Amino acid sequence: MTAPTITPPAPAPAGPSAASRIFRSFTRARETGILAALIIVIAVTTAINPGFLFSPDGWRDLLLTPAILALVAIGQAIVIITRNVDLSVGSVVGLTAYLTGQLFVGIPGIPIILVFVIGALAGGLLGLVNGALVAYGKVPALVITLGTLYAYRGINVLWAGSNRINASDVPSAFLNLGTGSFLSIPYLTILALVVLLVAGWYLRNRRGGRELYAIGSDPAAAELYGLKVTRRVLTAFVLSGALAGLAGVLFVARYGTVSSQTGTGLELQAVGAAVIGGVAIFGGSGSVYGAALGAMLLLTINRALPILGIQDFWQQAVVGVLIIGAIVLDRVLALRLSRRLVAEREVGA
Amino acid sequence: MTGIDTAATTAAPRTYPDYSRPLWQRWTLTRETAVIGALIVVAVVASVVVPNFGTTVTLGFLLLDVTPILMIALPMTFVIVSGEIDLSVASTLGLSSVLLGVLTKAGWPIEAAMVACLVVGLLAGAVNGFLVTVVGLPSLAVTIGTLALFRGVAVGLLGTTAITDFPFFWQNLVQMRFGTSGIPVVMVLVVVLIIVFAVVLHATPYGRGLFALGLSKETAAFSGVNVARTKFIAFMLTGLISALAGIYWTLRYGSARGDNATGLELSVIAAVLLGGVSIFGGKGALHGVVAGVLLIGVLQSALRLANVSSDAINIITGVLLIVSVLSPRVLAWFKASRATRRRTLT
Repeated sequence: MTAPTITPPAPAPAGPSAASRIFRSFTRARETGILAALIIVIAVTTAINPGFLFSPDGWRDLLLTPAILALVAIGQAIVIITRNVDLSVGSVVGLTAYLTGQLFVGIPGIPIILVFVIGALAGGLLGLVNGALVAYGKVPALVITLGTLYAYRGINVLWAGSNRINASDVPSAFLNLGTGSFLSIPYLTILALVVLLVAGWYLRNRRGGRELYAIGSDPAAAELYGLKVTRRVLTAFVLSGALAGLAGVLFVARYGTVSSQTGTGLELQAVGAAVIGGVAIFGGSGSVYGAALGAMLLLTINRALPILGIQDFWQQAVVGVLIIGAIVLDRVLALRLSRRLVAEREVGA
Repeated sequence: MTGIDTAATTAAPRTYPDYSRPLWQRWTLTRETAVIGALIVVAVVASVVVPNFGTTVTLGFLLLDVTPILMIALPMTFVIVSGEIDLSVASTLGLSSVLLGVLTKAGWPIEAAMVACLVVGLLAGAVNGFLVTVVGLPSLAVTIGTLALFRGVAVGLLGTTAITDFPFFWQNLVQMRFGTSGIPVVMVLVVVLIIVFAVVLHATPYGRGLFALGLSKETAAFSGVNVARTKFIAFMLTGLISALAGIYWTLRYGSARGDNATGLELSVIAAVLLGGVSIFGGKGALHGVVAGVLLIGVLQSALRLANVSSDAINIITGVLLIVSVLSPRVLAWFKASRATRRRTLT
């Protein structure tokens, strides 16, 4: 799959100034389209109901709602870039969310920061199981993570039974974290943004990140080139698990209630968000920014539909159209790019 | 670029029949026999250990329960053997279920509504087929999209309400058993479907073309397989049979709801893979798939009777799936390491 890779900045010929170069690469980036769609959705909805953006609650929900899915989608994007997929994230979110609740119930007065660390570690451990099976077993990630999707959910059900974690089980300081904000930006959104920027920087600028793209573009070539494919793929799954674990902790902070079915179906939303954001399903292309924007677009449309006078039952259908539209668009862009490259080569020859 | 084969890691091991072995060994020492063996062992153990398992009543409910997965697993095998995947089947099932409810409520005779459901199922499959073969998109991404789309239309049409008013005759027919044997009448349809799909997959040019496609698209194309048409038909078949399963589901539970069978696609795929079909395509047999579906069904039913939470069976489904793909790798690794050890000794 040769979808346009936008991340590596091409060595630009001398001429246009740095500012115009940045402007041009910005307008050409695949993520800009998603951002434009997001802005249009917000603008239209706000025109109908100004409260969507300009009321304190509207502003907060706009930023807060996508935080959890964005974290999971960032992890998913990292895995998909290596030409794998992680279907177990929904179950990981459920399991770590229940673990979070149990920590508060079992150890009264446990420091909140410790809960975050334990949640991320537990998620990372579950991701490690996925990664080890995929990387060392050399079996397709789709099958392995489908298996662990079931296994993790089963463990969750065995552990929780019909037991639920309720808001009263969780310290109010923790719940305040889920709804509170700093300079009118919710804490959870700040956390998701920090994760996004760190992941984005690592994938774009660090050797480890670039190797993930190389592995996803051509696993065999990456192996021949001497890249540590096994270790990198393992790391990608651990990261995806850890971010899903973090999302599980955030889920408790945000909603306060957890059952054994928490997070069911989240895996498809996360893959959908990544695909909408321009992460090619066959790896090697896309960015975590796109995935996070995709997550935000998905959930913003959810909330916008009732305001636009469309019954929210139709929300899933819109999501489906969006996903298909995004991959068709990527296909068209890829075809155009390859045609241009062929034309350039012929001129050069 | 084919569906799943590239979505995995490097060089997938392809096992070809080992012609140094006698014919009877090649036929019996297969992945499929292992699954059938496991099915028999589990069924025998369950009927001895679990009280009430070995009764005709249990058998009847077991068969009624596995029917939707069993039906959809047949065309799903076609799709996976050809190297693609279809995640939208459960949504097509839900769409067909809602349509049956909405149309009968609008005064259509139920037989006409059923035909309409099947036509819509074919169309849903054609949408997938079009996007995969004509537009050339990866089936994994396409069918995640149509999973949301078809489910969204189903939920959109009916909201959170349910339609529960269906003719008694049809609901009764679905539940009816052959005398006292406990075997549901509907199994006749299922068995016919199994035979038809098995013959088409293993004994027609079309079916062999699916295997050829799964092994190598280029080779298949040069051997005269019409790649696009073959895949297109496979997707239409999953749509059609999913719609049929939707009709069955609606009548069996007497309820048309937008969220019917949510998540069933994963159960179907798990069963197909457990039955020995390779996710890379090009490998698998229908009797293995049928045994895989029944194995999960028997386990589920036995555990439920043994008062194990029916959701806890998820662990076993998951572990079975992982073990089933991992075990050939481990065996190969074990054999290889033994061979090197022997070589170093001599």
